[in-house]
Amino acid sequence: MSKFKKKKGGEMPAVNTASLPDIVFMLLFFFMVATVMRQNTLMIENKLPQADQIEKLDKKSLVMYIYAGKPSTNYKSQYGSEARIQLNDKFADVSDIAAFIAAERASKREEEVPFLTTALKVDSDANMGLVTDIKQELRKVNALKINYTTRKGDALEGLKQ
Amino acid sequence: MAKRAAPEVNAGSMADIAFLLLIFFLVTTTIETDSGLNRKLPPMEESDQDVIIKEKNIFQLEVNRNNQLFLKTGGEEKVIEIKDLRASAVTFLDNGGGTGDDACRYCQGKKDPRSSDNFDKAIISLQNDRATKYDTYIAVQNEIIAAYNELRNREFKRAFPSLDMNFVEAEKAYSDPRTTPGTKAKLKVKLEEIKTLVPQKFSEAEPKSN
Repeated sequence: MSKFKKKKGGEMPAVNTASLPDIVFMLLFFFMVATVMRQNTLMIENKLPQADQIEKLDKKSLVMYIYAGKPSTNYKSQYGSEARIQLNDKFADVSDIAAFIAAERASKREEEVPFLTTALKVDSDANMGLVTDIKQELRKVNALKINYTTRKGDALEGLKQ
Repeated sequence: MAKRAAPEVNAGSMADIAFLLLIFFLVTTTIETDSGLNRKLPPMEESDQDVIIKEKNIFQLEVNRNNQLFLKTGGEEKVIEIKDLRASAVTFLDNGGGTGDDACRYCQGKKDPRSSDNFDKAIISLQNDRATKYDTYIAVQNEIIAAYNELRNREFKRAFPSLDMNFVEAEKAYSDPRTTPGTKAKLKVKLEEIKTLVPQKFSEAEPKSN
């Protein structure tokens, strides 16, 4: 008789969650490995344009970043809505670029200096006037290797958005 | 005395800790883009004497403030769409209208006397307005690089059929850290050869101020 009684009292067994930590850890490791800590806090909108004839920038340490774009909403009241340049963590003027490049060069070893590349991370809504000013400034300090950083994608598709 | 079993550590909160870390990394992660169009700026010092270039060897592009593209080449001017730019640029570069010393050995174009002489003579020039939008500029740059790459791919395949790769793939293999130094040295010679055969003669004029 007792045999039957046992079955009667059975409820839905709880789902075994013992493997949950394993799954979470797996995700955690993925993100830990894939994460690149941002060097600069962006104070501008930075939606990069798309292109498909791209080359990879191989040596991360030999890249100088120049950001440009409209100030993001937090800074709009202070800096207006015209596209601006950001160097390191602050807004800068075109004339500050020369000093920035000089500082970056000084922080690298001498033999590495010729291989320094300037990556221009410019918002797709920016005007060419600003970009041209940056390029002129880079020519003045002889930083001729540049890279227009873009996302991978069809350039023509990107235009339509 | 009876041996007591060591009490088991409660691992129930491990999932919580892992979740906390996971969420932290999820929030801070930005998948950085680190690829783009590589270009070289011209040096500042300008040579005094002007180089004389025949008009037929110039493929003159102009992007105006409304992001429209004008093309002036072979004595005609027209508005073109960016999607047609790649094909027109390839036709221009590949024309091979030169004769005698300027004859183009590998061009497969129509040999129109009003268009470019050979790969080496053909120049693409781009002028933009200060109010041109950056994404249009990048699209134009992208199409021009694509046109050069198309020709370089073709020439690379023709010159080195045994490698079974095109120019872009070869360049990728060259910059790949896994490639052995021996292969790298061999690739470099070949890449340089194609680069001198089909040079990127691309000039950017100072933008018009408005």
